Amino acid sequence: MEIQSHSNSWPLWEVFIRARQGLDHKHAGSLHAADAQMAIENARDVYTRRNEGISIWVVESKHIHASDPSESGSLYDPANDKVYRHPSFYHLPDELKNI
Amino acid sequence: MDLLSDYIIHLADNALILGHRNSEWTGHGPILEQDIALSNIALDLVGQSRNFYQLAAGRLSELTPGLTISEDDLAYLRDVNEFRNFVLLEQDNGDWAKTILRQFYFSIYQYLLYKELLASKYPAIAAISEKSIKETRYHVKWSSEWVVRLGDGTPESHRRMLDARQELNPWISELFIPVDFDYEAAATGAGILPDTLQEEWFQRVNHVFESAGLPLLSFEKKNMHILSGKKGVHSEHLGYLLEEMQFLQRAYPGSNW
Repeated sequence: MEIQSHSNSWPLWEVFIRARQGLDHKHAGSLHAADAQMAIENARDVYTRRNEGISIWVVESKHIHASDPSESGSLYDPANDKVYRHPSFYHLPDELKNI
Repeated sequence: MDLLSDYIIHLADNALILGHRNSEWTGHGPILEQDIALSNIALDLVGQSRNFYQLAAGRLSELTPGLTISEDDLAYLRDVNEFRNFVLLEQDNGDWAKTILRQFYFSIYQYLLYKELLASKYPAIAAISEKSIKETRYHVKWSSEWVVRLGDGTPESHRRMLDARQELNPWISELFIPVDFDYEAAATGAGILPDTLQEEWFQRVNHVFESAGLPLLSFEKKNMHILSGKKGVHSEHLGYLLEEMQFLQRAYPGSNW
């Protein structure tokens, strides 16, 4: 089908939207576009039409490198028994309220 | 009939008719993202038309005591020969290239027009222009990029742009030919004469055509057609468009939801 071949020939992009000043860009989703400019405009039309954002980042999905789920044991499990990495062993004076 | 109301209705009709044409693509766009993009533009245009219709309806109601005219009356209960939109805008969608080129031609026109109307002596027209010009600036950008993408794309996309250019050519000159309500609008300071936009319009169009590798346009008076949408003399397409757009209000008068 022609439509199918079109979407296949346009690369996939990941879209990151900053909702407000001072917040981080958050992953909003992905879309197809022929180039970066078109990706930003598509993102504007697809992800910010209800006032969701003030800034858009796009990156071609192929440039994102992800961790391998099958390695999650060696990557994440060692952190399980190292509670001392949390800053929860300090005794704070009662006068300190906002830490 | 009040000429200034005609002028405002002309502005509204342009936006509504092109908005409706674009909305016909909803669900049929070449790719989901562009389907949404064009639907957004359709909504922008219908929104602009609504502002102008409300303005015209208020004015007409004031001028004719005992008669209340609503925005819906103007959009849904007028006939073909009462519409004042450019013939260009009612042309059928054709392929993506034709839709893009029609949008491109009109968006540049509308942008140049709104830029002038920001200084309109009719405060409501200036206000609507100020609100709308941001949307229109984006329509210009979006359609310009598509013109380049298609014109400078594959041999097929280039050929389709050339075909679209050929098909739309006869309807360009109407954009710049003033009619009675233009003279009235210019005389009162509410609007401007459209021929004052002609030079810059061609410059901007040709600037993009150059990057797109498309042959440049020049004003061809010999293409001037006997039709004039601004005088209510339309092509056959508008009747079919209105039949669908107005169906609900015609079949079930006054219905709403």
